[in-house]
Amino acid sequence: MSIIGQPKEGPELMLKILRTLCAAFAMVIATLIVATLPAKAQLKLDITKGVVEPMPIAITDFLSGDQLGTNISNVIAADLERSGLFAPVDKGAFIEKISNPDASPRFEDWKVINAQALVTGRVTKQGDGRLKAEFRLWDTFAGQQLDGQQFFTSPESWRRVAHIIADAIYEKLTGEKGYFDTRVVFVDESGTKEKRIKRLAIMDQDGANVRYLTNGKDLVLTPRFSPSRQEITYMSFEGGKPQIYLLQLETGQRELVGNFPGMTIAPRFSPDGQKVVMSLLQEDGSANVYTMDLRSRTTTRLTSTSAIDTGASYSPDGSQVVFESDRGGRPQIYKMGADGSNPQRISFGDGSYSTPVWSPRGDLIAFTKQSGGEFSIGVMKTDGSGERILTSGYHDEGPTWAPNGRVLMFFRLPPGSNSPKLSTVDLTGRNLRQIQTPNLASDPAWSPLLE
Amino acid sequence: MRRFEMIARSPVFVALFLSLAIAGCASKKNMPNSAGDLGLAGSAKPGSTQDFTVNVGDRIFFDVDSSVIRADAQQTLAKQAQWLQRYPNYAITVEGHADERGTREYNLALGQRRAAATRNYLASQGVPAARIKTLSYGNERPVAVCDSESCWSQNRRAITVLGGAGS
Repeated sequence: MSIIGQPKEGPELMLKILRTLCAAFAMVIATLIVATLPAKAQLKLDITKGVVEPMPIAITDFLSGDQLGTNISNVIAADLERSGLFAPVDKGAFIEKISNPDASPRFEDWKVINAQALVTGRVTKQGDGRLKAEFRLWDTFAGQQLDGQQFFTSPESWRRVAHIIADAIYEKLTGEKGYFDTRVVFVDESGTKEKRIKRLAIMDQDGANVRYLTNGKDLVLTPRFSPSRQEITYMSFEGGKPQIYLLQLETGQRELVGNFPGMTIAPRFSPDGQKVVMSLLQEDGSANVYTMDLRSRTTTRLTSTSAIDTGASYSPDGSQVVFESDRGGRPQIYKMGADGSNPQRISFGDGSYSTPVWSPRGDLIAFTKQSGGEFSIGVMKTDGSGERILTSGYHDEGPTWAPNGRVLMFFRLPPGSNSPKLSTVDLTGRNLRQIQTPNLASDPAWSPLLE
Repeated sequence: MRRFEMIARSPVFVALFLSLAIAGCASKKNMPNSAGDLGLAGSAKPGSTQDFTVNVGDRIFFDVDSSVIRADAQQTLAKQAQWLQRYPNYAITVEGHADERGTREYNLALGQRRAAATRNYLASQGVPAARIKTLSYGNERPVAVCDSESCWSQNRRAITVLGGAGS
């Protein structure tokens, strides 16, 4: 928790300048602040430290003639709360009742309940049937408005507007992009524990709006989002020959990725969405990494071993590929050029490492680690140093990054049940949350921020 | 052996063993892989898929993270190879499986490695390799689900599945 320029407000409210801004840019910002807001402070949550005290924030019910205003504010509050960075103040503690969200609130009423930020808003139905949603974000201690925006949308997209507003608040108060206006593709599981019925499904990142993409007839695994299009790649056992497919989310159109002589597994898109990297299982029992260019349909072999090379994931600049291999015995993480050059092992800890996934920021690689009878989700720097385990259990597997690189989703099985559920954990490892899904769920993959 | 006798003589251990045996759930028992286990010997028509499953044994098991054909598995595969050569019209698919104590992608590859090792062994015993397809289910089709080796050891397997017009 930080406020610029008002260190006297409390011992925890320290002067803080955005560390991530370069000096010149910071000067411009400082000049702007001085020019427009003399002697005022800016509410800023510093999330660059390891442990962050959640910021108390009051999110009032948006004014509307019906329940919708309350519903929208509830979705915003739930998003911010789940991030672990914000602590929404209980509405029962509110003193001022907002009747005009355009007017300055009585800041004293919000300071006294320790709400350091305040969100007000209104949702109105337009003549053309659309909704107009407006919000304002206030810094109660500085007594100023920090942000104010309005959005127009169809009534059924009200949750999406709430997520967009939550992202705006998150970005204004942390200085980093949010991740609430995103979706997750995953595998929905039903049926017996010996023979699961698996369906591809997609939902909002908070578990709402679940929609099924396949009917459960064929076993489907490991869906992954395209970084550039409303498209996923996944593995299906369709026709008794397990292969990688592409699925267009808007049209439902499907196509096979390549025509390989054996099973293909573990697909992932390149950062530009133009290639799929995957592993081909060969007749001799080896697995090697291949890419296929989706435009030219040409395939390129990246590894050439008699071992198992799989779980490939590109760096965000597309220049490197991280993957798992048991060429040295147990599965470990390796890194190579995107053309397959210069493979080198980067994980050296006890146990085995698999499912490496490069962070969208480029700074970290998330992985599943199996050691001492436990499965853990962890991160390491891209040279393999600085390993940190974020969560451990009987079986935690398959991390996927939120687009801002601060939160990971994965699936977790309790002992001996074959009953996976999805969870999220942030980079501090302190904010572990289960995602509510209608059935059992595994193999999550986070979308980029929606356009 | 000697150690087992000592343990078996101990009334505490006998009681413990009996209580464990009684408490053990059905899913933790070893899978039947021969006619004797199923009590079906003689009821299967020679040359039928049932004959293969109950009188020969359709599956072999593997050690943790291994695709080495164990001695017990070599015996089963030798019997399979004899039977498959006697009934050459069956199409053969070897399915490789892994236990749940690994990650999904690795287990798919490990299942393929087990299927390939099984196919190679059958080929070495005279079954034409071209007759045998391989397929991996990874850890997607466990036969037993619990949180101990008693289940996992049953899931690390390769199954020889017969198809096509055999008889």
